[in-house]
Formats: sequence, structure tokens, C-alpha cells
Amino acid sequence: MSERLFHRESQPAEVLITGAHVLDPRADLDEPRDILIKNGVVAELGEPGSLTAPEDAETIEAEGMHAFPGFVDPHVHLRTPGQEYKENLETGTAAAAAGGFCAVIAMPNTDPVVDDAPVLRSLIESATRQAQIPVGFLAAITRHLKGDELTEMAELRDAGALGFTDDGKPVVHAGTLRKALQYQRLAGGVIALHEEDPALSGDGAMHEGAVSARLGIAGIPSLAESTMVARDAALAGYEDARVHFQHLSCVESIEALEQAKSKGIRVSAEVCPHHLTLTDDMVRTLDSRFKMNPPLRSENDRRALVAALRSGLIDCVATDHAPHASHEKEVPFEEAPMGTTGLETAFAALFTELVLPGELDLAIVVERMSAGGALYGLPVPKIEPGQSANLCLVDLDARFDVGAEGYHSRSENCCFHGRMLQGRVRLTLAAGTVAFRGPIRAHAPAIS
Amino acid sequence: MNRIGRHLLSIDDLDRASIERILDRAESFDEVSGREIKKVPALRGRTIVNLFYESSTRTSSSFELAAKRLSADVVSIRSQGSAVDKGESLKDTVQTLSAYDPAAIVIRSPHAGAAGLVARWTPAAVINAGDGKREHPTQALLDVFTLRRRLGSLDGANIWIVGDVLHSRVARSDILAFTQMGAKVTVCGPPTLIPREIEALGCEAATTLENLHEADVVYVLRMQQERMRDSFVPSLREYAQRYQITTERLRPGQLLMHPGPVNRGVELSGEAIDSPQALIGAQVRAGVAVRMAVLYELLVGAPSLAAVA
Repeated sequence: MSERLFHRESQPAEVLITGAHVLDPRADLDEPRDILIKNGVVAELGEPGSLTAPEDAETIEAEGMHAFPGFVDPHVHLRTPGQEYKENLETGTAAAAAGGFCAVIAMPNTDPVVDDAPVLRSLIESATRQAQIPVGFLAAITRHLKGDELTEMAELRDAGALGFTDDGKPVVHAGTLRKALQYQRLAGGVIALHEEDPALSGDGAMHEGAVSARLGIAGIPSLAESTMVARDAALAGYEDARVHFQHLSCVESIEALEQAKSKGIRVSAEVCPHHLTLTDDMVRTLDSRFKMNPPLRSENDRRALVAALRSGLIDCVATDHAPHASHEKEVPFEEAPMGTTGLETAFAALFTELVLPGELDLAIVVERMSAGGALYGLPVPKIEPGQSANLCLVDLDARFDVGAEGYHSRSENCCFHGRMLQGRVRLTLAAGTVAFRGPIRAHAPAIS
Repeated sequence: MNRIGRHLLSIDDLDRASIERILDRAESFDEVSGREIKKVPALRGRTIVNLFYESSTRTSSSFELAAKRLSADVVSIRSQGSAVDKGESLKDTVQTLSAYDPAAIVIRSPHAGAAGLVARWTPAAVINAGDGKREHPTQALLDVFTLRRRLGSLDGANIWIVGDVLHSRVARSDILAFTQMGAKVTVCGPPTLIPREIEALGCEAATTLENLHEADVVYVLRMQQERMRDSFVPSLREYAQRYQITTERLRPGQLLMHPGPVNRGVELSGEAIDSPQALIGAQVRAGVAVRMAVLYELLVGAPSLAAVA
């Protein structure tokens, strides 16, 4: 798929998918089609019933199911190296495949941090053995994510980094970020930013508002994020740099983003399914699954995020899949680490909570869920003859109790745990191979 | 009548009738506390664990006395010097203690929601003795008890809660309990110590004592020294100038309360503490009777107290 994506090679798919309703907004497709995949490449699209499987191809009957271009998640934590008890390359990419993703981009806040080329090379080497779908890696902007010294960005790019981020932490000092933005002209690669002013977020554990006032939990005001978005958009404009704002959570950040885009500053942004579907009201339960950073915010923020995603002001969906072990999350809310898993529920959460009630069109959800890689220069998955097979089959009628059958991820800290969601991924093809297969009707190739 | 519920985690768990019932029960137990032999056999043979993850004098001693006056066996554990100190998780500690089959676990924790978690991990009844800055329901009950005795009813009473509302679990539980009982509550303190959107709890907010004369009851919160260090107030001196409750600032007839321990000369002047308007001693005394009533209601919940008292 790209020289900056890495996964375990496996057998190219030989599959005929019959009768799926193909929805690929970029290819202007919204109708039932047979899809013939030969040697991992989309060979032909045809009217339902018009294509026949070659002798060595499996047939998958997909009448009543939808085929979407594979989703791309520009923001996941695979916890490798160093925290494999939370997640590893194999389980993290299995979770992604089960969620319909054909590629993910992993964050560098591991242990050790991905802040030099040897760590990145060894990680890439592991990915070529363990990753079930293609993975791209961001490297740190600053050494040890400490926010002072820049990493060897140029060498990291040569070693395969897609871009840079200190995700989990902001680059607090404007002067440091400015130098990184200048250095981007040499190194290339998008600089992605976790926006949070620690002087304003303090020891906050949730959104500052009526719910935090009730619970007596220190709040993280929205402006801890939005003031940094505004600051860094100004820096990017001044240095003509390319930056990406990660996991935006509030209306004030959207306003800052809108202003930056209207000035022609090269910025993009992502939003998470949990911020699009849940609010700080959930924190009343004091269930640590609802603790993430940035925190769940108000209903007003949630609606603004949905509107910004609909208009395209926010470019893509990202899960910020952040696994934590049960023993880490089974503590009082204020003590718990921040983060929710999200790969296995992203599409179903958006479909159930936004598409079914009419807040967002299905086509927009599909487009935004597959748009995250292109922001980092990766090819956009398309269901089109000649393209490598990157697609998923989804049963939009299938409902499931999240977590009831367990998770592919090593961790179960999912904020949608116990919810009934609708829209289940049945098959994922990533980089031309079958990466995930749920219960589907399939016929094995005839043995000759 | 049924029990008030299985646990007491929040004032939100109680409707007005349940609060009245606990207070009525506490009145009977208060009579027991006035006897020479201050003991009834209600919980004989049952075990109560007090698990305190924060230092506390009055709440822990009050719970311990309450349990003993009901003839329960009491185990009190403090985080210092216990397995907690050795890194044991709350879950493991609770499951270990649950192996002794306690009837109730009383927990004080620096973290919101800790009591709720404990309730998930133990078959025992759980009583929240303070969880972070969120709630301290038995304090609110004893405050209502004290006021009800003095005023007859809280209906229509105007209560001001003055001081560091931001960091106060007492304030949160009191706002809920006082309004539940029909009082009108105003919180007052420096703008840095009044949480944004606190009005959502059903109170009003003020930043000066200008209208303090409207209050029937002035409930003063403890002002902790470290709040200065974090710049919530520039100095205790300026805080005292603006917010200290003195006999001059109190109107005749106003009642004065404080959850203790008091910083004499900071949030309250010495004269105010010692004035006949102060109910601070009555609050402490009420603590034992109210906690006896809570334990009794949770663990026995019999329709009549006649059989035990």
C-alpha cells in the first residue's frame, strides 16, 4: 500500500464477493455489485450475478451486506514496545481488522519512546512479522516526549516514520514547536499535535462543567485545548508548516480550526467516535471507561463536532484506541489512566448513534473513516478495478452487545462496553489479503 | 417499611422520607447516648470494618463509637502501616476484608467514587465516609439532624455555606441534603474556590458576604493552608478579611455551623466559635447518633426501635 506501511505478508486474496451494496463515495459508487478480487487486487466490478468465481477463488455471498472502502485510523496506541500487557502489534491490528480497518497509524508514546531510528527500525521489523494489517508509525517530536530537545526527525523519516507527534502530551513550549515546524522543511512528514495547556488542565480528570462541579472532580476546561489549537495554528501559518490536530473535543477548538483553514493555513483535524457520541454526563457513573484525554465534553460540544465532521471542517475520524489493563482501570476514576479502546466499535458506534438517528449520512461516515491516512500521504482506499483490495463488508442490520463475546484487543476498557450497537463488520480485506472474517456465508474454492 | 437501601453512597440515594426516617431513628439513639450504659445489642455478633485511606479523627472515631454502641465487633484499618501501604490495590484489600464476612464496610477515600467501587466488590453494606471531594453523606445527615433539632424543620430556611466550596465534599453533600429538606442554599467564597456551574446542584452562588444577613444559618467550611500555595487565595490574611465569620458579621439569631476541624482565626474568629450561636459541639454529638441510625437502617431496618432501645 505504501513504503511507510508495514505488515506481515500473507496470501493474496482470491475472492468473489457477490451482491454486496457497494458504497464508496470517492468512487461515486452506491449500488449492489459483485466484486472480483484476484491476486489481492480488485479485478472487476459487475452487476449482481454477472461475475463468476474463477476455479481457485472463494465465493462470499454478501447480499444484504454493504461493502465500504477499508477504514484508516490515523491514531492508535499499539503499546509496543514496552507495554505489551495492554496491547501488542498482533492483537492491536487484529482489533483493527475486526473493526473494518485496512490500515492504522501508531503513536510513539511507548516504552521506550519511538524517538530514535533504532527503536523505529526494530518496531518496523516486528510489524513485518506480527501486524495483521498495514501499520504506519509516527515518531516523537521531542526526545522522551519531554518537550525540549527535537528528535532526529530527518533520520526518523528515512527510517520510515510517517510523521511526528508527542501524543499523550502537548509540546508545551511554543519555541520548541516552532523549531520542529521549521525543521519539517528538511525532514518532511506531518506534525500531529495533542493540544493541551497543562497550566489550564492541571490535575483535571474530566471536562469542567456542571458534572465536574457535582462530582468534585477537578475539571479540564475546553480552553486548555482551544488556546493551544489557536497558538499552534498561528505558528504553522507563520512557518508555512503542515500540522494535524489530534482528537479535537470542543466547540472552541472548532472555531480556532475554522479560522486557521479560512486563512489558508495547512491544518487538518481528527475527531474520535466517543467525542461524537458521548458527553460528560456519562462520567456521573464514575466508570473509568469514560475517562479519556481529551475528556468527554458537553452536548453542545458534541453537536458542534458532528457538524464539523459533516461539513468536512474536521477531516477524518480517529479512534485514539488506548488500551489499558483491567487492573489499571479498576480503580477510582481520578486514579485511573486516561483512554478508551475504540477500533472494534468505531463504525458501529457512529452508525448506531449518528447515522440511524439521522445526524450524519452513512456516506459521510464511510468517507471520514477512510480519510485519515491520506492526511499523512497514504493512498486512499478505493473499491475500484486495479486497486489493491482494501475494503470491509458490514451487516448494517446486525446488532451486538459490545464486549459480550470479548474483544480482539488485549484490553477491554471500551467506553461502549455493554451497549447494544448496530452495524457489524463481517469481513475485512487489507492490502489484498483477508485480515478478518466474521460469521459469513462462504464457499471454499473447488479443489481440483 | 423497607430498609433505606443496601448502601449509603450519596445523599442522592435518599429521598426526603428516608432522611426523616434516619433522623427519627437517630433521635432514639441519641437518648441511648445520654444513658450511663451507652449500648444496645442491635448488631451483636456482626462485624463492621472501618477502612480509612485518609487521616480522620472525628469521622473515624464517630463511626467506631456508633458501631460499638450497637454492640458490633469493629475492625479499623488505616492506610498507614497496612497492606495498602505495601501497594495492595483497593480491590484486593476489599476482597480480603470481605473474607471476614463483615456486615458493613465504612470507607473514607481521597478519590471520588471509591465507595461505589467498594460496593461492587463486596457483599457487605457500604457506607461512604467521604470520597474525594464528592460526598460525605453522614456529615450532611448529622448537619440536618442538628438543624432540625434547633429549627424544627429546614423548610424555607436560608442557609449560607461559606468558604472553600471547590474542595469540599461536605459542601456538596450539604447542598443536596439541605435542598432536599426544603432549605434554600447559597454558597459563598472567593471566585477561585467556587466551582463553575455549581448552581446545577440547586444552590445560588455569591462571592461576597454582603447579603449574609439574609441567612438563617451560616455554615462555614474549613480553609486549608495549602490553598494559598496553589494561588487559590493570595493570603490567609486577605481571606480572613473578606470571608472570616466573626461575631460582628453574624446577625443575632443566626446559627453557626462548621464540620471541623476549625482553623481558629482563619475561617472563624475565636469569639464566633465560642458564641452561643455556634452549633459546632452539637454537630459532633449528633455524629454518633446519626451514624448509629445509618448502620441500623442499613443492617437491621426494623419498623420499630422499641425492641432494641
